[in-house]
Formats: sequence, C-alpha cells, structure tokens
Amino acid sequence: MARTFEEWEKPLKDLEEGIEKLKVLAGRERDDGKRTEANVRIGELEIRRDKYVDAMYCQLSPWDTVLVARAQARPYSLDYAAAIFDGFVELQGDRNYGADFAIVGGPAKFNDQSIMFVGHQKGRSIQERQLRNFGYARPEGYRKAIRLFEMAERFRLPVVTFIDTPGADAGVEAEKRGISEAIAASMMKMFELTVPIISVIIGEGGSGGAIGIGAANKVLMLEHSIYSVIAPEGCAAILWRRPELAAQAAAALRLTPQSALELGLIDGIIPEPKGGAHRDIPLAAQNLKFAIEHAMADLSKCSPIDLRDSRYQRFRKMGF
Amino acid sequence: MSSPKHPNDGSFLQCAGCKKILFVAEFEELNKVCPHCGHHHRLGAKRRIDSIFDPESFVELDQDLRSGNPLDFPDYDEKRLAAEEKTGTFDSIICGFAQLDGQRVSVAVADFSFMGGSMGSVAGEKITRTLERAAETKVPAIVFCASGGARMQEGLLSLMQMAKTTAAAQLCRRNHVPYIAVFTDPTMAGVLASYASIADVILAEPKATVGFAGLRVSKQAGVGKVPDDFQTAEFGLASGMIDRIVHRKELKSTLSNLVNLLGSSLEEAVDLPVRKSNHKKTVGASAHG
Repeated sequence: MARTFEEWEKPLKDLEEGIEKLKVLAGRERDDGKRTEANVRIGELEIRRDKYVDAMYCQLSPWDTVLVARAQARPYSLDYAAAIFDGFVELQGDRNYGADFAIVGGPAKFNDQSIMFVGHQKGRSIQERQLRNFGYARPEGYRKAIRLFEMAERFRLPVVTFIDTPGADAGVEAEKRGISEAIAASMMKMFELTVPIISVIIGEGGSGGAIGIGAANKVLMLEHSIYSVIAPEGCAAILWRRPELAAQAAAALRLTPQSALELGLIDGIIPEPKGGAHRDIPLAAQNLKFAIEHAMADLSKCSPIDLRDSRYQRFRKMGF
Repeated sequence: MSSPKHPNDGSFLQCAGCKKILFVAEFEELNKVCPHCGHHHRLGAKRRIDSIFDPESFVELDQDLRSGNPLDFPDYDEKRLAAEEKTGTFDSIICGFAQLDGQRVSVAVADFSFMGGSMGSVAGEKITRTLERAAETKVPAIVFCASGGARMQEGLLSLMQMAKTTAAAQLCRRNHVPYIAVFTDPTMAGVLASYASIADVILAEPKATVGFAGLRVSKQAGVGKVPDDFQTAEFGLASGMIDRIVHRKELKSTLSNLVNLLGSSLEEAVDLPVRKSNHKKTVGASAHG
C-alpha cells in the first residue's frame, strides 16, 4: 500500500523549497544580469511546479483523495470558521457528563445572519491532537451537538455543520456512555428541526461519526474530501482480510465527491484551489463561503415545515 | 454465539454455550435456547415471526424489494445471490403487519444469515416502510435487530440508510406511535447507531452482542482493559442503554404487554394530519412541532 501524504507531496515540497531559496538568493543579488537570470530560473521552476500540481491533482485516484482528505496540512473546521464567520462564540459541554473537543460549536454571524455552527475538529500539535482525540468524537460531542441544534431551533438560527472525522470514538468508555445512541439521537434531532441545515464534508467523512451531524437539507463536499460508510483499511481488512488493499477498497467504496454526486447522495462539490485547500486557505474559505451563501439563499425560500419535510424526503429517496 | 455444531447426523447437537449435547427436537421446541445453560442461539427471521406473533397473522409486505449492485462492488452480486439461495429471501429484513395477542403491529425482523443482517438500501427501505406504516396507521412498531452493521458493498448508500431509518423512527415519535426494538445477537455498528438505539423501549436477548465497533477496533481505541462482558446486552443494560433483558420464552408476553400498555391510548392521541407526497412513498405529519 500506500505511500503517505508527505511522501506523495515530497517532490512538490522540494520544488517549492528550491523556489524559495532562489527567491532569497535573487533578492540578495546585486548584479542585474545575474538577478534577471535567477528570476528567469524562478519562473521556470514555478511553471514546473504548476505543471506538477496540475498533473498530480488532475486525476487523483480514490486513494490519493483519501490521502489529501486526511492530510494534516488541510484546513480544519475552526480554520474555516475563523475565515468565514464573525463573532463565533464557542460553547462547550453536554450538560450531562463532560466536554468533548472533537466536536466544536456555537453561534456566529455568517454575513449578517446569526447561525449555529457545529463541526468536527482535529488537532495539529501532538497535544492538540490528543485533546481532540484525533477527531474521534465521543458521546459528549454528539450530545453537545444536540444541545446546540435545540438552541438553533429555539432561536431560529440556521445550522451549518462541517464534517471532518475518521469516525466516532469506539473505545470502552465511549461504548459505556452510549456512543451509538448519541449518534442516532443527534441525527434524530436534526430531523426535528424546522430551520435550514447545511452540512459540508471538508475532509474526512468517516461513517457513523460523520452522518451523526450530517442529516441536513443540503449536503456539500469539498473537492478533495471523502465520504464513506467505512474506512478503506477497515473494509479491506473485513472483506479481504488484507488491510494493505486499502487503495482497492477506496476505489470499490466510491468514496469521492464525484461518486457521491453521481449516486445522488450529495447536492454539490465545492472546488478547491489548485493543488488542494491547504495551498491557498483564504481562497478555499472563499469558495466554501460562496457555496454556503448559495445554499442558504435556496433554503431561505422554504417554510419551516417544508424545511423539515424536504429534509425527510431528501434522505427518504436514497436507495429506493 | 455462533450456531451450534452438529456432531452427528442431525438428531443431536452441541450447545455453543455450555458444549453439552442436546436433542435437536427439544432444542427446536425451545426456539434454540439451551435447556441446560440458557444460551440463546441465533433464530432465523421466519422462526422468530412464528415464535412471537399470532399464528397465521403475519402478512408479509415488500418481499419483492431486491438490491442491485449500485457501486459495481467486486463480488457483491455473487454474495447476494448466494445469500438469496441460502435464505430464500431477497434481503436481510422481513417486514409486514402481524397480530400480537390480537393487537395489530407493524413489524420488521432481521435475519443474520443474510449477509450478516447487514443494512443496505433494501434493509433500510424495509425498516423505513415498517416505521412509516406504523406512524401512518397508528399501530405500534416492533423491530427485531440482528446485524453486523451497514452493508459495505453499497458504500455511502448504506450510510445514508442510517439517516433515513432514523428519520422514520422520528416520525413514529412525532405521531405518538410506540416503537419497540429487540436487540438479538448481534446488534452492531450502523444499525445500533441509527434506528435501533432510538426506540421508545429497547429489549435485548441474554448475552446478545451489542456494540458500536468490532471488538478489535474497540480494543485498539480503548486505553484501559476491556471488561469481560464488553459489548454484551448485559453491559448495555448496566450502562443504561437497554431497558430490559428478556428470556426468549418471555419475549412474546413482554412485547404483548408493552404494546397494550403503550398503545392502548393511541386513539386518544392528537390526530395529526398525514400528508401524502406525490411519490409512492409517504411523508409524515406536518402540523406539529
């Protein structure tokens, strides 16, 4: 199997480092001729880099998409929230047992409208990754989400959720506190709401943990995200008893945005900057914002009851 | 809780729990419960229906629903056809209406022997229709769960069945219709994390496996040691996730009593308008928040 994202992007990283070094050198160069020469060389390298990015990203295999979707370099929920919301106030606690940092949420302004934001959150530093349980949400995370969904309904706030999790926590403690019930109850709460709900898969849409906050009126996926019933490694292990066949499983599971759109299971794909969201986070956020504005405008035409009933119908027609 | 082993031509078998040798006739008479240790062996859907509902009262619906291979998943057609051959049904759920001591109920029963009872688009559809029929006709719903989880071979379509069935369970709530789930061995993953866990009442058979992820995954994820009864009905009961563990011989009377207790005032519940969509499917009440 399977190179890592870092191995995969190494040639690109080398090229970019070369360009940076040359730029520094060119900046220091006093001789006009030599500087021009260096700038020409930089231009050539930049073209090579762009071609390389094009070649790498123009036909990603499903497994490549898995690697990109999981990449630590990718923007996470709070990165996007900071870019597209104003005045976000994070609220914590399920008012029952504890705090979970793998799901974040709270009210914020989207343009001039108050909304309720809920999203999975992975960590970057080792400490933060541990704090956020590597994005594996615990029952308390889903019960906090339920609390926020209820608040959204009470105060008539449209809900925006960002999905980015390898799956829900499957440990003994999570099981003891009812991770399955928490996921099911969170979905059920979403089906009760009469405010608009928009969900965007921004990275990893990992099975039950993902759909737990994904029962929305509009479901969108970023171009290099994935959405799957099971991790490809798990699928390969169970079906073929060979986890190393993850790349084949990724293809068989059809977990890419394009496949999900073809199957009629999502409403749209949000384009990412050339070479992935991590290469230009402001542009990625701008695209995301535009897509949410669009979805919000669509849903604002619906009555509260229609919002609930059309959400039911959206999932009702899937499969049969 | 695998099926019992047959050490001979078929008049005896060995209990999967205590390993004692049992008479097949007696074992079948007890609906596959060991007379010595009480081990509950898995029961097929048809046997289950016979053991619970009034004789001849079950009317099967949607039996023609049959899955295709929407993802062209490798080997899926072969596996599904083999399961059809083995079980004589088109998928892992049998559903319809039945009577329980004369009380009408909308029922769905899972059969683990059809691809591990996994939930793809057909199982999801049948569960959804069962719950919708309950909500619309105002009769209680009873669902017997037995599933390893979502069916991988239908990919994201299977995941979406979690949302779809959950929405239908919500419809029962909104329409004041009782929904009772029975966890039999095993009730896992995508099924447990959707319609199964949000029933009004959750019963379980003794020692049934009940859990979110396979034991290996949980062991990897958990830091501490795994308790001996981890992911059993007894663990679920102790954790507050299950209402009662009921011996198979008492399931019928318990269910009948619950249907009577919870369902007898249904006529008095607010009669909510049920809106039909232009689909062949129907959508639920819309006038109540």
